[in-house]
Amino acid sequence: MSWFEKLMPSRIRTDAEERSRNRSVPEGLWTKCGACNAVLYRPEVERSQEVCPKCDHHMRIPARSRLENLLDRGSAQEIGGQIKPVDVLRFRDSKKYKDRLSQAQKATGEDDALISMRGRLRGMPVVACAFEFEFMGGSMGSVVGERFVRAADLALEERMPFICFSASGGARMQEALFSLLQMAKTSAALGRLREAGVPYVSVMTDPTMGGVSASLSMLGDINVAEPGALIGFAGPRVIEQTVRETLPEGFQRAEFLLEHGVIDVIIDRREMRDRLSRILAMLCGEPSPEIKRLEQVDTA
Amino acid sequence: MNPNFLEFERPIAELEAKIEELRYVGDDNDLNISEEIQRLRAKSVSLTEQIFGNLSAWQIAQLARHPQRPYTLDYLEEIFTEFEELHGDRSFADDPAIVGGMARLEGRPVMVIGHQKGRDTREKVRRNFGMPRPEGYRKALRLMQMAERFRMPVLTFIDTPGAYPGVGAEERGQSEAIARNLEQMARLRTPIVCTVVGEGGSGGALAIGVGDRVMMLGYSTYSVISPEGCASILWKSADRAQDAAEAMGITARRLKELGLIDAVVAEPLGGAHRDPAAMAASLKAHILEQLGELDGDDVETLLANRYQRLMAVGNFKE
Repeated sequence: MSWFEKLMPSRIRTDAEERSRNRSVPEGLWTKCGACNAVLYRPEVERSQEVCPKCDHHMRIPARSRLENLLDRGSAQEIGGQIKPVDVLRFRDSKKYKDRLSQAQKATGEDDALISMRGRLRGMPVVACAFEFEFMGGSMGSVVGERFVRAADLALEERMPFICFSASGGARMQEALFSLLQMAKTSAALGRLREAGVPYVSVMTDPTMGGVSASLSMLGDINVAEPGALIGFAGPRVIEQTVRETLPEGFQRAEFLLEHGVIDVIIDRREMRDRLSRILAMLCGEPSPEIKRLEQVDTA
Repeated sequence: MNPNFLEFERPIAELEAKIEELRYVGDDNDLNISEEIQRLRAKSVSLTEQIFGNLSAWQIAQLARHPQRPYTLDYLEEIFTEFEELHGDRSFADDPAIVGGMARLEGRPVMVIGHQKGRDTREKVRRNFGMPRPEGYRKALRLMQMAERFRMPVLTFIDTPGAYPGVGAEERGQSEAIARNLEQMARLRTPIVCTVVGEGGSGGALAIGVGDRVMMLGYSTYSVISPEGCASILWKSADRAQDAAEAMGITARRLKELGLIDAVVAEPLGGAHRDPAAMAASLKAHILEQLGELDGDDVETLLANRYQRLMAVGNFKE
């Protein structure tokens, strides 16, 4: 690849060029959009928070990147990180649960599938958590439930708004009924926030399914989704097998849910931080963060 | 083989068939064979005790789904009086997969809500095999909130393969309906006693399963996913359902050991369907006992205890 091509922004390049170049893409510097197949310049994709600059496809991102993107730089403090999984049932399918856990831990660098933090969102103290989808499909077991509840409790205690980004296939089968009951546990904790009038915003990202969708994800004062996210209770394949017909176009995508009145709003990831801070400031009766920003500019 | 017997009951079925045959012979014969029949009956009982004393999780799953198993409306008939069924979610439809309404329990007004399966094909289809749609859960919530207003305890009967996986159910917010019930049941200001009477299928079961007491009948099951579903995902083959049932520990006995339920209600020999009246009587006694315990608590204590029970569920280290 010539130096000139390297400099060229991704949106100028044509598909034909990309196809011929696919196999010679050097590792790390270039990436491919899973939706439109465009070859993208890695640093540019990172700048746009893993949203394809060509087609706006929202790629899946790690839990920590989510929280970094959301919270003010240097403000984040992890909570509940010391809570770690144990295999009480000694569950074993084609592999031992213990081995699956250590494999996932090695692959992601996380102990389990939910990361919680307290921090500031454009100055406002908040508690936020995010699911790590790469950790066993973001499945909810005891650790996810407990970390979520501790985060919600902190939000309640200090009356800070609570935000959760979900990305999960549902309950974790390897913890059997313990997992199912985390649905009730997390929902009960959110009930207390609701009673106390502490705002909870749920952001559903791709994918949010099963027991996670049918508990903490759908209980937001405001239910937000990222564009194109797959969101639902039963998986599309299960539904197809049950009803024996092909599913409608765009079924269970964020836009479909918006149309059917299930979610409040779809927000582009690149605007997420600003929009959430504005929404939360209104719910908390605080001055607009936009005005605060202007004041800061004035005084500077 | 008599279709009311399950595969693992084959030896019992064969013995029962023999007894029937002898009785037939005895009727038009001078030979006194009643002694022989009695001997075989005793043998049948001990054989049943032996087989049922050592059931696998998968065999219990078969019993929980037995076509003759008593359903919510059967218990309503036996345990309660003056049942007044109430229909609809007030916004979309009435879901026949969940029944609910007011009734009297030993004279006391209560709200009863339960999944309902059908007995014959037509009824099965009408009841959607006990798989509720969002309107079913919303009807249940409406009735629970009404119970709260009029200070009636809520009694739920759980028996579903799971919430219905259909296009319409998704369009109308199946997830939201289930989630809302969990959140609301956790803080409903009236006692709630839940009993799994058949299949406790995942979120579809839990959506009417949050309460102050959770009981299970001896041969009922309760799990995060069906054994078949778990097997096809984790073993890549639905044929491994037996292994999945064992691994997940879906039986009443196992879940009691794990501290996830409060009580196991023993079933009559051979299962609830062999003696529905005895089953109902025993279940009624258990419900009265649990309600009696809860009656002593004021609402705030009740809610605090319910919340603590939910928060205590989970295994982790720190």
